Amino acid sequence: MVIDFPFLWESFTTLLNGVPLTLQLTALSVVTGAVLAVLLALMRVSNRWWLDLPAQAYIFVFRGTPLLVQIYIIYYGLSQFPELRHSILWPFLRQAYWCAALALALNTAAYSAEIIRGGLLSVPAGQIEAARATGMSGFLLMRRIIFPQALRQMLPGYSNEIILMVKSTALASTVTLMEVTGIAAKLISQSYRPIEVFICAGAIYLAINFIVVRAFAALEYALSPERRPAPASTADQPEKARA
Amino acid sequence: MPDPAKTPAVQLSNIRKSYGEHEVLHGVSLTANEGDVISILGSSGSGKSTLLRCINMLEVPNAGSVSIHGEAITLDQKPGQPPRARDMRQVNRLRAKAAMVFQSFNLWSHLTILENLIEAPVYVLKRDRKEAIAEAEALLARVGIAEKRHAYPAHLSGGQQQRAAIARALAMHPSVMLFDEPTSALDPELVGEVLKVMRDLAAEGRTMLIVTHEMGFARDVSTRTVFLHNGVIEEEGAPAEVFENPRSDRFRQFISRDH
Ligand SMILES: Nc1ncnc2c1ncn2[C@@H]1O[C@H](COP(=O)(O)OP(=O)(O)OP(=O)(O)O)[C@@H](O)[C@H]1O
Ligand SMILES: [Mg+2]
Repeated sequence: MVIDFPFLWESFTTLLNGVPLTLQLTALSVVTGAVLAVLLALMRVSNRWWLDLPAQAYIFVFRGTPLLVQIYIIYYGLSQFPELRHSILWPFLRQAYWCAALALALNTAAYSAEIIRGGLLSVPAGQIEAARATGMSGFLLMRRIIFPQALRQMLPGYSNEIILMVKSTALASTVTLMEVTGIAAKLISQSYRPIEVFICAGAIYLAINFIVVRAFAALEYALSPERRPAPASTADQPEKARA
Repeated sequence: MPDPAKTPAVQLSNIRKSYGEHEVLHGVSLTANEGDVISILGSSGSGKSTLLRCINMLEVPNAGSVSIHGEAITLDQKPGQPPRARDMRQVNRLRAKAAMVFQSFNLWSHLTILENLIEAPVYVLKRDRKEAIAEAEALLARVGIAEKRHAYPAHLSGGQQQRAAIARALAMHPSVMLFDEPTSALDPELVGEVLKVMRDLAAEGRTMLIVTHEMGFARDVSTRTVFLHNGVIEEEGAPAEVFENPRSDRFRQFISRDH
């Protein structure tokens, strides 16, 4: 087959119109999903079965079922409940946009919770004990000692999750949303030229994820000064007073 | 009011501690007065660490009582339930007075040495940050690692890390210091530098409880030696007495084996 380059360019510029929606869905679901994930992870490590068990069940359900099924259940299923149709949430839940964002957020929360839990458990017990021995506990211990170290530990796994989320937004096209993949499907049905359109769509996802990867690499570097090699000279910086 | 000079810095009475069915401390009593340097000796598994950790409630005893400067820690010790301290605020307040130095240093790896030193003074004791930094720099100079203040723990030798950990403990202005085998994780050539710092602290009249395998150090530096065997105190006294004339056969064997 012959690639139609003018059409390729046209597809590309058309698909770019879907990028804002793709990014919005990703950002919205990643941010709300992260908040929920922190809660779930804290429930998992709480050592209290009545907190741990519900969190485990939630994670099991949302990791164990396809995201597409979750989107369908929220988009088609929730309207079956009259209580919901009459609730203040209905103006949101009747819109495909909010349904897709909700499904994506609930889904990423389950995966992220386990990534965060792994990070929390990776903090050396001796360092936590040393903090307790000075009189730290509770939120202070979490904020000053555990979380900063857990964060560094979970960044690689979490960047993976965000890359998956960027790609998962493509499923929002199945509930009528015109993000990159939604526009691609429409273009194909009009032009019958799937190759050019999908090449463009793929390239756009790749470009977004390239930025995600670089951003996380930079963040990891910035947050992990202790993992860099020690400065060549162990002597301290020259005293400013002497300058 | 009790006379503060007479109130023991640490008083343990009849401490019992079990892990599951297994009792590892069978009623240990120990008093550390102001200025005492108590070395705690004993073979591996005799319960030395457990005893030390009962002082700051890193382990909560199943029975018995712990007082720090005359203040008894309120404990819930009901049979059949894990023991716990009733008031974490009290425990945290007393922990801040009884600084601990660990075998494996346990410096916070995401903070520089200086940040390690000011962390608890600033966030637990709510001291002024500038003052805490000035004091931390002086402490680092004192233990001989002033030039490492902006380095991370991973970039220090074991001996330097342990000296930093001792400086971190001192930054809390502790009234008691607890050492759990502070030199056991060190290469032999690094042991001396850490013991030297500890000797200086003892010479200052600080109250210290030191679990150690360094017999020479225990003999020279401590004001009292305690020998723990299978969860009971087998021998206790001034080092000059107990090392010269051990009453317990086990302690005699213990010191002859190590020398
Ligand atoms: N968290 C724990 N759970 C179960 N058993 C424990 C625990 N901590 C200590 N023990 C047991 O308690 C006993 C005393 O341990 P402890 O660590 O106090 O000994 P130690 O005298 O400090 O020994 P070492 O010289 O090896 O450090 C040992 O038999 C040990 O196996
Ligand atoms: Mg021990």
